Amino acid sequence: MADDTAREEDHEPAVSGGPAPGPVSDEVAAAIVARFDGSVFVESHGQPVVYVDRSVIADVALMLRDEEQFTMLIDTVVVDHLLDGSRVRVDGIAAERFEVVVNFLSHPRNRRIRIVCEVPAADPTVPSLTPVYPGANFPERESYDLFGIVFAGHPDLTRILMPDDWHGHPLRKDDAAARVPVTFKGDPSPR
Amino acid sequence: MTSDDAFWTKEEARLERQTDEGAQQLRPTTREMVIAGGGMWPQDDLGDTMIINMGPQHPSTHGVLRLMMELDGEDVLQIKPVIGYLHTGMEKTGEELTYVQGTTNVTRMDYASNFANELVYSMAVERLLDVEVPERAVWIRMMMCELSRMASHLLFQATNGMDMGAVSMLLYGWREREEVLRIFEYVTGLRMNCNYIRPGGVAADLPDGWQDRILDVCDTVVAGVADYDEMLSTNPIWLERTVGLGVITTEECLALGITGPILRSTGFAWDLRKAQPQLPYDEVEFDTIYTTNGDVYDRYRIRLYEILESAKIVRQCVEKMPDGDYRVQDKKLTPPPRARIDESMEALIHHFKLFTEGFKVPSGETYVAVESPRGEIGCYMVSDGSSKPVRMHIRGPSFYNLQSIGPMGSDSLVADAVAIVSSIDPILGEVDR
Repeated sequence: MADDTAREEDHEPAVSGGPAPGPVSDEVAAAIVARFDGSVFVESHGQPVVYVDRSVIADVALMLRDEEQFTMLIDTVVVDHLLDGSRVRVDGIAAERFEVVVNFLSHPRNRRIRIVCEVPAADPTVPSLTPVYPGANFPERESYDLFGIVFAGHPDLTRILMPDDWHGHPLRKDDAAARVPVTFKGDPSPR
Repeated sequence: MTSDDAFWTKEEARLERQTDEGAQQLRPTTREMVIAGGGMWPQDDLGDTMIINMGPQHPSTHGVLRLMMELDGEDVLQIKPVIGYLHTGMEKTGEELTYVQGTTNVTRMDYASNFANELVYSMAVERLLDVEVPERAVWIRMMMCELSRMASHLLFQATNGMDMGAVSMLLYGWREREEVLRIFEYVTGLRMNCNYIRPGGVAADLPDGWQDRILDVCDTVVAGVADYDEMLSTNPIWLERTVGLGVITTEECLALGITGPILRSTGFAWDLRKAQPQLPYDEVEFDTIYTTNGDVYDRYRIRLYEILESAKIVRQCVEKMPDGDYRVQDKKLTPPPRARIDESMEALIHHFKLFTEGFKVPSGETYVAVESPRGEIGCYMVSDGSSKPVRMHIRGPSFYNLQSIGPMGSDSLVADAVAIVSSIDPILGEVDR
């Protein structure tokens, strides 16, 4: 019977050693790597990803908007790598606890690119992209709210999903789920 | 006359005690009084404005959206959306659940078109695993996603009509949507939050005789759409209420990250189903609906005609549905059929392992985007080689689309603000996650 042949050792999938930095296969990524020192290109499951230094991310966004026809900032996401089992390591990039990931989409050229910058936990500050792409307003507020990443230059960096008087940043890995006990009617507020 | 004067003096004194506006309108006024007094209401020369709070419990806010509006009389100067009232930490929950359990979580985000959520989640997991899904599973996914688009747009037609005062539209829209939800129940077992699309395929094959039922529903919905079109699209009251209202331009949409029908209403025919198809949309015939005015009426019309396009796609799916497996036959990824568990010890072990610890996903990160009824829904997923994601982020289109309230809502009236919010079609479950 077919399903009797499977063995326990088959259960562990091979952990990939991370994407290898090869020749830059994406023209936009090549332009970024050529202009900004210290940027590294990797291909992640067929998608172009460029790791840049956080100090130049606003310049990268400006270049993408004005020179490379990237018309839309799709998303700003923060990843907390505090407890990772095996993390994808990229040569030439010093891994930090937080990663700010920004997805861009170009409608005229019908292509995407992802810009990643490493953010240390001691100084979680990144230049805001809201002056370049106004649509980054809400996602940057969300990232500030849930991860405590400060977007310098953001016009209205306030909490967006959690209450204004909330302490902590709930999506950080050291902020445990169910840290706040369930309360019932009449109980004192957990905050 | 004296008795009259006495009456009015007494009446004035009584009305003085009442402060509400309704009583003030009872005072006798003549045209001369109005002109001499500079109008019924004192002229507002000070230019002072008022901040009014609408929601979060207002029936026209589609859930728990709160709007802070700065008003000058009836004129809205600016609107600021305040969100977070439905925030339940679903992304945090997504990090606590295994990849097997994850779809039950994401399906509750955009509860009006749950298949799009399940689809991006499953496709992100499959891309990290490098798994190819069988053709039949892909076509089932496409058909269910389009049915879900029909249900979602019917929900919009219903609630949009209700927000504008066309209450009969609520009942009509609900009636047709219910037919589509019956299909969901028939195929998946659940009307909403179906948890049908899962990593590796879909949860179950289509039941016997599904073709006729789905074609029947298509006919019902298409007939319903013709009725709505006749009832509203040329209705003078409807046109008065919607045309030229809440206008937004393509540039504003692109700058603010607004996708979906709002972007298409500005004359920008961008549809991920055409531009970057993740499902075999290039093998079916359908049109991208777009208009050029960018107002509330155009957004209504786009969603109305997109129902017809979705019905077209569903009919072609019924016609072209390939035979084969409805999920990957990988015992480490998809659970064994229930009957096998009784016969095979290995099947029992696989079932147990899958539902306790789940399958492991190699470390990596990826972003998958598809066109949901509201725009680009995306899933950014980071894995560290364990059976739970390090980060599972859903890019909800409504979250970004809500930013359009600012440019749309300024210089409108309070009553129009309701129409504008309704035309954005936000689902707060997806906004707050």
